[in-house]
Amino acid sequence: MPTDQNPDPATTSHPHNGGVPRIQFEDVVKKFGSTTVLEGLNFSVDRGERVTLIGPSGSGKTTILRLLMTLEELTDGYVWVDGDPLTHDRRDGKRVELKPKQVSAVRKRIGMVFQQFNLFPNMTVLQNIIEAPVHVLGQSTEQARTKALELLDRVGLGDRGDAHPMQLSGGQQQRVAIARALAMDPEILLLDEVTSALDPELVGEVLGVLQDLAATTDITMLIVTHEMQFAQDVSDRVMMFDSGHIIEEGLPAKIFSDPDNERTRQFLQAVR
Amino acid sequence: MWENELFFEAVPLLLEAFIKVTLVVTVLGTLIAVVLGLVWAIAVRELPPLLAAPLRFLVDFIRMTPLPVHLLVIYYAFNSLSAMTVGILVIGVHYSTYMAESYRAGIESIRSGQWEAATALSLPASRTWRAVILPQAIRNTLPSLGNWAIAMFKDTPFLIFISVPEMVTRAREFGGQHFTYVEAMTVAGVLFLLASYPTAVLMRKLEKKLAY
Repeated sequence: MPTDQNPDPATTSHPHNGGVPRIQFEDVVKKFGSTTVLEGLNFSVDRGERVTLIGPSGSGKTTILRLLMTLEELTDGYVWVDGDPLTHDRRDGKRVELKPKQVSAVRKRIGMVFQQFNLFPNMTVLQNIIEAPVHVLGQSTEQARTKALELLDRVGLGDRGDAHPMQLSGGQQQRVAIARALAMDPEILLLDEVTSALDPELVGEVLGVLQDLAATTDITMLIVTHEMQFAQDVSDRVMMFDSGHIIEEGLPAKIFSDPDNERTRQFLQAVR
Repeated sequence: MWENELFFEAVPLLLEAFIKVTLVVTVLGTLIAVVLGLVWAIAVRELPPLLAAPLRFLVDFIRMTPLPVHLLVIYYAFNSLSAMTVGILVIGVHYSTYMAESYRAGIESIRSGQWEAATALSLPASRTWRAVILPQAIRNTLPSLGNWAIAMFKDTPFLIFISVPEMVTRAREFGGQHFTYVEAMTVAGVLFLLASYPTAVLMRKLEKKLAY
């Protein structure tokens, strides 16, 4: 598996979990009513690894991100984050649901950027960013504000802190959403089709921010995208999904130029 | 026969009843309804189903039964309470069930992405409600709350059932004493209009101002 296997121990907050994967899906089953989306899915993601999930719509990619963010409930199986159970633990061989407080403790390590941005329209840009650091992490407003301004600078919006989301373009809103997720210092960042709702001319500015983020941090990223060039640029690994199963995975260079699986080949031809 | 003298005689009398009773009942009743309505709307969503179902039934029950019945039942069941107190409480609770529906609609109009963003940021439920959902939901609900407050105001004459001396009760007494009801009732009607029309206009302005 092509990843940086030696993340700087000083920047990882769980050094005791040395050999444990950052994310592990174990026999994950997800059903919506009578429709089975994931049927016993197993995979793991290493620390600092960037993994892109590709595949036709309905293949379960977004469901995987939403399960990690606890926006959907697991039907069966386990999700582990740094070896810690996310929503269900195994005790004496039995599957036990965790309490909301325990879930929240692990979930705080995960951030998510959504297709529809989902900024809070009743708050300014700055309030959006400091809301969770102040009310979840317990930072002082001043502390959170300083950090928020740094992050806004980083996404190229240093002067828009007092604007309301509705006054910004889609691309700007999405960059604020990225800053908002980063303000929580996540170890894992989930990117769910973050450019799909944008006008074509605004896609570049958002991908630019993400490319910079990938180059300058060791945040683990799980990416669902239709931007194949971006996927190829930032990913360490690509997983091709079909009907809830990983049908092929490997280096982006390999998958995108010379996939082994006929289904992958067809899919890539169709999206290009 | 219309008599101007009676009309002007009725004005100060009914104005007093209007201010001391009708207005007091409406303002306090609205306060009760605005707060309780929000409590119902949030509780039905947040309580476990076993508790939410009976609460929903109770709220529906109150909403679907007539106000005069509530007034009479509570008035005779709790005879230690003054008629005025019963009037304020009953009308407030009755309208809280209408307002709960308005709040519910306002809350449901918030896109699921807002809840999801709050979850992704690990905001606790209380903070999600206070900082994210309610500021947006109430903005959508406010015009409808205003309409319910005006409707409540117009329902205060029902207090006649428990002999609260509100404006229409007094107008009726006045009419009985002078063997003609038209003048006093006209005064009452004009006073209602003078109060509700500007309120409605104000609500419409507020609604426009609050739009994103």
